[in-house]
Amino acid sequence: MAEVLVYVDHVDGAVRKPTLELLTLARRIGEPVAVHLGAGVDTAAPVLAEHGAVKVLAADAPEFAEYLVAPKVDALQAAHDAVSPVAVLLPSSAEGKEIGARLAVRIGSGIITDAVDVEAGDEGPVATQSVFAASYTTKSRITKGTPVITVKPNSAAPEAAPAAGAVEQLAVTVADASKGTKIVSRTPRESTGRPELTEAAIVVSGGRGVNGAENFPVIEALADSLGAAVGASRAAVDAGWYPHTNQVGQTGKSVSPQLYIAAGISGAIQHRAGMQTSKTIVAINKDAEAPIFDLVDYGVVGDLFAVVPALTEEVKTRKG
Amino acid sequence: MSLRIVVCVKYVPDATGDRHFAEDLTVDRDDVDGLLSELDEYAVEQALQIKEANDDDAEITVLTVGPEDATDALRKALSMGADKAVHVEDDDLHGTDALGTSLVLAKAIEKTGYDLVVCGMASTDGTMGVLPALLAERLGVPQATQLSQVAVADGKVTGRRDGDTASEQLEAALPAVVSVTDQSGEARYPSFKGIMAAKKKPLETLDLEDLDIEAEEVGLEGAWTKVESATERPARTKGTIVTDEGEGAKQLAEFLAGQKFI
Ligand SMILES: Cc1cc2nc3c(=O)[nH]c(=O)nc-3n(C[C@H](O)[C@H](O)[C@H](O)COP(=O)(O)OP(=O)(O)OC[C@H]3O[C@@H](n4cnc5c(N)ncnc54)[C@H](O)[C@@H]3O)c2cc1C
Ligand SMILES: Nc1ncnc2c1ncn2[C@@H]1O[C@H](COP(=O)(O)O)[C@@H](O)[C@H]1O
Repeated sequence: MAEVLVYVDHVDGAVRKPTLELLTLARRIGEPVAVHLGAGVDTAAPVLAEHGAVKVLAADAPEFAEYLVAPKVDALQAAHDAVSPVAVLLPSSAEGKEIGARLAVRIGSGIITDAVDVEAGDEGPVATQSVFAASYTTKSRITKGTPVITVKPNSAAPEAAPAAGAVEQLAVTVADASKGTKIVSRTPRESTGRPELTEAAIVVSGGRGVNGAENFPVIEALADSLGAAVGASRAAVDAGWYPHTNQVGQTGKSVSPQLYIAAGISGAIQHRAGMQTSKTIVAINKDAEAPIFDLVDYGVVGDLFAVVPALTEEVKTRKG
Repeated sequence: MSLRIVVCVKYVPDATGDRHFAEDLTVDRDDVDGLLSELDEYAVEQALQIKEANDDDAEITVLTVGPEDATDALRKALSMGADKAVHVEDDDLHGTDALGTSLVLAKAIEKTGYDLVVCGMASTDGTMGVLPALLAERLGVPQATQLSQVAVADGKVTGRRDGDTASEQLEAALPAVVSVTDQSGEARYPSFKGIMAAKKKPLETLDLEDLDIEAEEVGLEGAWTKVESATERPARTKGTIVTDEGEGAKQLAEFLAGQKFI
């Protein structure tokens, strides 16, 4: 059966959830072969095998951590040349897209980014994308070379599908030309203990209406009562009230949770671009005319400082 | 020699307008209002700041690949303070995808001459965010992308890339390609003087022949990808809206419980 390369996104061997989703999608097209770069393959391999990887190609070189993106392109190209896959899938992170793009140039292929679904088709894989701030859904195909497709988080439910997943070393030579951009230092992000924004089943976001960093605990308390991730509008981020990593929207994260709660957010097109595909949308806003109310399944016109804390108490009581 | 900066800017349909597809499933750029992609204003701004930090010893060329009206985007960038503009325009470019666009941009950048290429983080229509990496690959120079802070000194570009799991400090020797995010600093508004001056700044138009590119390499036919269908997403049906008169939180909790969220 045809093989599909899946680029593994991990932190020291801890495989991130979007990779498991990629393995699930890859199985629709062929047999997933995972490509694991950097340390930790012993930790990652059993998880990858559990989710359907027939093989894990592993390479570790200091250059992966010392230089930006290009050394990983060299490695993925080596994997491509070794396997001759029918498609290459990567997560739609900034890095995943850049690696995919450069690989596409090298192997003479087209690239599709930010797919929300991938299916097998008569003429190769068909990718579904959500475009123009999620107002259109497109289906596209790559017509030249080996399809390179990057897939957004939350595009499929990871399924267990145990496979062999034997680890094979991949020989990689990092070209001098790939050592152009030095990573001088790296400061890891501190974990908040809350779910990842892009992976969470529930997201509670605050906007300009939250009116100050000192008030964001009101949003956090509701999020914690629901086991949710915390998001923010760009207005709240630009004001310095909440970190940019939590921004939802066109220039922040795209989220597609089961439930999205927007408090004090007007619903500008750029914000909608990042949350419009959520299953259920709820808004709390004191302006009945706010465009966010056009999207909601349930909306409360009211002061968030009254509604949100009371809701938090209700949730806690009901959950016992 | 003065620093040669090329800023890649895209002319895009206004996001607050009605964006849609044309019959051939390309983005309709004729029937809608277009403008300089807001995210590319940040690229122009950083180029201007780099020039200022370099005692103004730099020349900034703004470059676009796009239809006739894309000149508007170039004029806006010139009115912000860029020195000259290059517009690649050719009927055969209609329908070109990311790989094709990167081919055209790379040739135009080489023809213009450069030490530093500055891009936006993503276009506001395609939102791919891959062009800068594609350019670095094609030009064979380092890529320092998605920077929220950038500086150029001593023949090197340095900057900070804020990723999901870490924030990284990067360094690359020139020539290089960078892209900057909307966290890099608000873009300036063109002054009246700037707008007047822009009208007299040089704007060169190139076609595919000028760049030694064959028509078959680009356009809809030459594209590496094919859009097979585009369907408008059904508008969300408007839900229940209540006004809080003391019971709002209870009513909302009731709804959430009904949906099994609590
Ligand atoms: C290129 C570009 C990219 C962008 N990318 C993003 C992005 O990724 N994400 C993003 O979010 N935005 C983005 N924006 C910005 C976007 O256009 C809006 O400016 C932003 O989303 C507004 O944030 P907001 O809704 O919090 O603020 P506002 O629009 O000011 O809305 C605040 C809302 O809070 C309500 N409110 C105030 N006080 C209370 C209260 N006590 N109780 C209840 N409600 C209250 C008000 O009625 C109002 O509706 C982008 C813009 C551009 C040009
Ligand atoms: N047609 C174009 N002309 C000039 N620059 C472009 C064009 N398309 C994309 N770019 C540049 O590449 C960046 C990323 O675009 P994209 O990969 O299409 O999201 C943009 O912010 C621009 O700086």
